[in-house]
Amino acid sequence: MEQLPKWADLIVVPLVGLILAFILSMLMVLATGHDPLDALKLMVSGALGSTYGWGYTLYYATNFIFTGLAVAVAFHASLFNIGGEGQAALGGLGVALVCLFIPWPHWTIALLAATAAAGIFGALWALIPAYLQAKRGSHIVITTIMFNFIAASLLNYVLVNQLRPKGAMDPATAKFPKPSHLPSLGEILNSVGIPFAKGTPANVTLLVALAACVFVYYLIWRTRLGYQLRAFGKSQPAAVYAGINPVKITIITMMISGALAGLMAINNVMGEAERLILGSVEGAGFIGIAVALMGRSHPIGILFSALLFGALYQGGAELGLWTSIPRELVIVIQALVILFTGALDNMVRLMVAKVLVRPKRAEA
Amino acid sequence: MTIMHKFLGAAATMALCTGVAAADPAIIFDLGGKFDKSFNEAAFNGATRWAEETGSRFAEVELQSDAQREQALRRFAEAGSNPIVMAGFAFGNALGEVAGDYPDTRFVIIDMVVDAPNVRSVVFNEHEGSYLVGYMAAQASKTNTVGFIGGMDIPLIRKFACGYAQGAKAANPDTKVISNMTGTTGAAWNDPVKGGELTRAQISQGADVVYAAAGGTGIGVLQTAADEGILSIGVDSNQNHLHPGKVLTSMMKRVDNAVYNAMKDGPGLETGFSVMGLANEGVSYSMDEHNASLVSDEMKATVDAVAAKIIEGEITVHDYMSDESCPSLSF
Repeated sequence: MEQLPKWADLIVVPLVGLILAFILSMLMVLATGHDPLDALKLMVSGALGSTYGWGYTLYYATNFIFTGLAVAVAFHASLFNIGGEGQAALGGLGVALVCLFIPWPHWTIALLAATAAAGIFGALWALIPAYLQAKRGSHIVITTIMFNFIAASLLNYVLVNQLRPKGAMDPATAKFPKPSHLPSLGEILNSVGIPFAKGTPANVTLLVALAACVFVYYLIWRTRLGYQLRAFGKSQPAAVYAGINPVKITIITMMISGALAGLMAINNVMGEAERLILGSVEGAGFIGIAVALMGRSHPIGILFSALLFGALYQGGAELGLWTSIPRELVIVIQALVILFTGALDNMVRLMVAKVLVRPKRAEA
Repeated sequence: MTIMHKFLGAAATMALCTGVAAADPAIIFDLGGKFDKSFNEAAFNGATRWAEETGSRFAEVELQSDAQREQALRRFAEAGSNPIVMAGFAFGNALGEVAGDYPDTRFVIIDMVVDAPNVRSVVFNEHEGSYLVGYMAAQASKTNTVGFIGGMDIPLIRKFACGYAQGAKAANPDTKVISNMTGTTGAAWNDPVKGGELTRAQISQGADVVYAAAGGTGIGVLQTAADEGILSIGVDSNQNHLHPGKVLTSMMKRVDNAVYNAMKDGPGLETGFSVMGLANEGVSYSMDEHNASLVSDEMKATVDAVAAKIIEGEITVHDYMSDESCPSLSF
């Protein structure tokens, strides 16, 4: 196959996939007897048309940036980490323990501590599958997905039997104490005079997510470890021949990946819910796979695809609130986007290649 | 002229629409979705019954994410929906934060208590209803062994199990109660295959009556019980008709009534604490033509007598959630 120019690979292919997904979605909306243009307008304006919409879109996007980066880092080493769900859940446990049991004087210090705890818990949860892969050859896909279930059970045990306040029905922790509440994006922007909707969940964690993007960029392309990691991903025998220790790289890569997934917890657990609930990750770990695929495992690509998925989530919520379009159809729309931008990526690429590459060959 | 006409018409329609919307009640379903054949569906049925009887409309939304709880509450309140009904205890925290911001809107929350002047909290005495069906189970059992299959292992379901065990032991102190939970995550509410497996496991331990308090999982429990020739007990709505002659009874929790009443009472509904127990038919056991042959008159008479005693306070059924322990069953 001909190589596509880089700009086409990064922009045109995802865009065409997205458009195809939307055309199909709109046909489905039409088939259920709703006006597809109204639905589209509601989704777009609901997600991006007001600071209220942005407040939610950015909140979801923050989650997806973390899980997307987690998948991407592992992907560069040819490791398929689909345990983001469990790693983020464990990160939530770390955040909850730090916020509940230590009286922090100010949110900035609490944020630092929670970030560390979320990262460490997520990394440790990824360590076991990584060790099994590196030393025993147990396939990382199988072990990480199984660890999602173990994480869910562990969290269930801890929440139901240990952390749940007496008499509470919800399997959830108590509310975190006031000083550990993170300022929302609305509060920050309003304090510098930019009007932004209050009461939306986007919070200061967004900045942490952006920092994580920069960190991953430097890690992958500007450090020795990143070079080893990519070399290992391209060809394991060649990497070993070059003196790269496969056990070390597998374990370190997976721990970084797990830590990134775990960091998501400071957004949803500390920033939004301000307590740990059961199932707090809500599939963001899996969405992260689609985000990383669509973003070509590059931090900038991930940033934009996370924004897209955040907008889809928030737009879908508005659709649910103001139309009788059933929730299942909203999920279908989101799934179609994943299908076209992730799974059917190659199909779209071939189509784009036909259009873009052939004429060039004719010229030559 | 015609354009002007159209604009005026549109404006008038808009005004009318908003007028209607302002008086409309709204209902928010929990993450399980409104067609879960159980709790949310009962709430939906209550709302639909109200809509059909009055010819009115209601706004509704099914949530996808926990962050949407507060969002849906605020958006409906700002759009003028009144009252706003929410199905499920998980709304407790969100409502606690939102209620104060919309003092003119009335909120109704089911299965949870939120202390605010504009909130009606509806809770059910599931342990009382479960006590009655446990009593019947022990009477119907020939092996002196009865089973309980819960959905997700949460305190609320333990409350069902605990009431059931107390009832079974009250009818016959020698009764052995086997209790299993389907799972530890939300998926446990909708796993009929595992429900069937657990039923088989309990049968092999001697159980000949099983009580399912497990949402959609219960469908598998009832099916397996019917296939294997033992009796089962349904939950939430009347499930006797699912397998006529095989379902002993159903522990009815009238979520539909709670929603219906809330919508009927309208924007001026009375707020405060509302307990739906045996006394006001919030919980009960079901009798119809499908289980008439299974429940003898004598059995019915004793159970009704027990129900009367509970209502009068002569029998107190221990509520698991009051102290997180159960005298008749260990988890």
